[in-house]
Amino acid sequence: MRLGIKVKKQLGSFCLEVDTDISGDRIGIFGDSGSGKSSLVKLVSGLMQPDEGEIVLNGESLFSSRRRVNISPEKRGIAIVFQQAMLFPHLSVKNNLLYGYRRCVEQYRTIRPDALIDLLKLEPLLHRGVYHLSGGEKQRVALGRAVLANPRLLLMDEPLSALDDQLRYQIIPYLRSVSDELRIPYLFISHSVKEMQLMTEQIIVLTRGALTEETTPERLARNRMAQSQSGYLNLLSLADPQQHNGLYAYQWGENTLLVSTGESGAEESLFELSSREIILFKKHPEAISARNLLECTVVEMFNAAGRVGIVLSAKGNKFIAEIVQSAADELNISPGSTLFAAIKASSFRRLG
Amino acid sequence: MLLTPEDITAIWLSLQVALTATLLSLPFGFAAAWLLVFKTLRGKVVLEVLVNLPLTLPPVVIGYFLLLLLGKNGWLGQLLAEAGIQLIFTWKAAVIASAFVGFPLLVRSIRIGMESIDGQLVAASRTLGASWFDSLLTIILPLSLRGIVAGSSLMFARSLGEFGATVIVAGNMPGRTQTIPLAIYDYTSSPSSTAMAISLCLVSVVISVAVLLLHEMLGRQLDRSRQS
Repeated sequence: MRLGIKVKKQLGSFCLEVDTDISGDRIGIFGDSGSGKSSLVKLVSGLMQPDEGEIVLNGESLFSSRRRVNISPEKRGIAIVFQQAMLFPHLSVKNNLLYGYRRCVEQYRTIRPDALIDLLKLEPLLHRGVYHLSGGEKQRVALGRAVLANPRLLLMDEPLSALDDQLRYQIIPYLRSVSDELRIPYLFISHSVKEMQLMTEQIIVLTRGALTEETTPERLARNRMAQSQSGYLNLLSLADPQQHNGLYAYQWGENTLLVSTGESGAEESLFELSSREIILFKKHPEAISARNLLECTVVEMFNAAGRVGIVLSAKGNKFIAEIVQSAADELNISPGSTLFAAIKASSFRRLG
Repeated sequence: MLLTPEDITAIWLSLQVALTATLLSLPFGFAAAWLLVFKTLRGKVVLEVLVNLPLTLPPVVIGYFLLLLLGKNGWLGQLLAEAGIQLIFTWKAAVIASAFVGFPLLVRSIRIGMESIDGQLVAASRTLGASWFDSLLTIILPLSLRGIVAGSSLMFARSLGEFGATVIVAGNMPGRTQTIPLAIYDYTSSPSSTAMAISLCLVSVVISVAVLLLHEMLGRQLDRSRQS
């Protein structure tokens, strides 16, 4: 998918001005509230008109002030998943799902309702009224409804913000499946670095209405390490643990990690590990209370607002630890040096 | 109960006039409310004032304007006369009078219903492939049903009681253009007809209560079907 946006829109005292040409299937739009993310969604989908500029999707002009083109929203083939599910309250779950599908021209109907209902596990919800769904279920139906419209591009406008933490990570695999299995490219809009890491491959950053950075999730997470409350979040996908003295022993490449919470079974669980919860030693400590001690090699070091991020490799598995500058000086770390990383079993947080 | 054949005609005529006026106004009321709620128009204030004007104007004034417009010498009246249509001093004129007087009440109620619709629902339907008209019919209309029902009952009830504008454009001809309020007015001017007046008053009360009950019932039905 290739999307060219060169627009200007004045909204009261706020001015949104974006000029970019992005291609990819999982694009993130990152910014704080008030940065213009949602306005950009409206401009791309046609719900709002730019004052001037051009919007081009895969070579087709959707808006052009110069050539007086303004394709109406229903003809753009761009569906939105909103922050609140926005299900039609007077329709059943089934009719919500089929709303866009019924309006889609036969030749573009590549995704069939049955297949999608299976993929998103919607079968048990079909005959319920939308008032009898939980927040996560609603968002799943909203996703299904948008996908069944068979759009060329899906805009996900903070689809996880209204959900609590646990639900959020249950929904993410569904959102990702849109691109993995259904091949629909998406723009994922959010202010959460973690969601960007989980959902996107490249990111444009908006600040007060202007595009300030084009980056990758990894670079974004590293740059924001110092400002973020939990530093850089290492995301680990782990599966099939063995019980071990009341803890769960997960294989992480060739390493074994002891984790305090887990779930038996082959299914993958996602864990986060904050860069700030890793303690580094120059030499092997004799005895420590932390249950994990990994011998690592320093691959790379980077600076982020006074903090030092150390990219470590433990038998090929990379992760990032964070220390302050004086600690880096004292330990005399440089790329190639060997360190021991101590991680408590309780430092791994299971996301779902 | 003391009801003369003319009274019975007046009752039927009142119901007929109120029902026709309400049904006739519904599409216009819906459109006006939609314009006011969902559209950004340049002349919105003018539309707002025009829609609400009949609420503040004395009905007699409305009646007189309509008479000037639709009468023999009025420009619309002349056009209609050429087409062979005579409105003034027929029950149709009573319908038009009621439609004008009740219109603001209808628009206000539909508008309250529409204002409670989240704009993102409409946005969602548009991005799912619905044209603005499709979205109007499949999202906005069903979601403003509650307001439409409330507005229709209000307007129907208001039309039943319409007096000032009706008496000017439709006259007060027993058996032809005389509605309940006009008949009661006639009875009150002769002291011997108190019982007749009271009978018609009672009929009015019964109809009004019936309209309110029907409104409540429909409203509950809508709520129930929505929550299932």
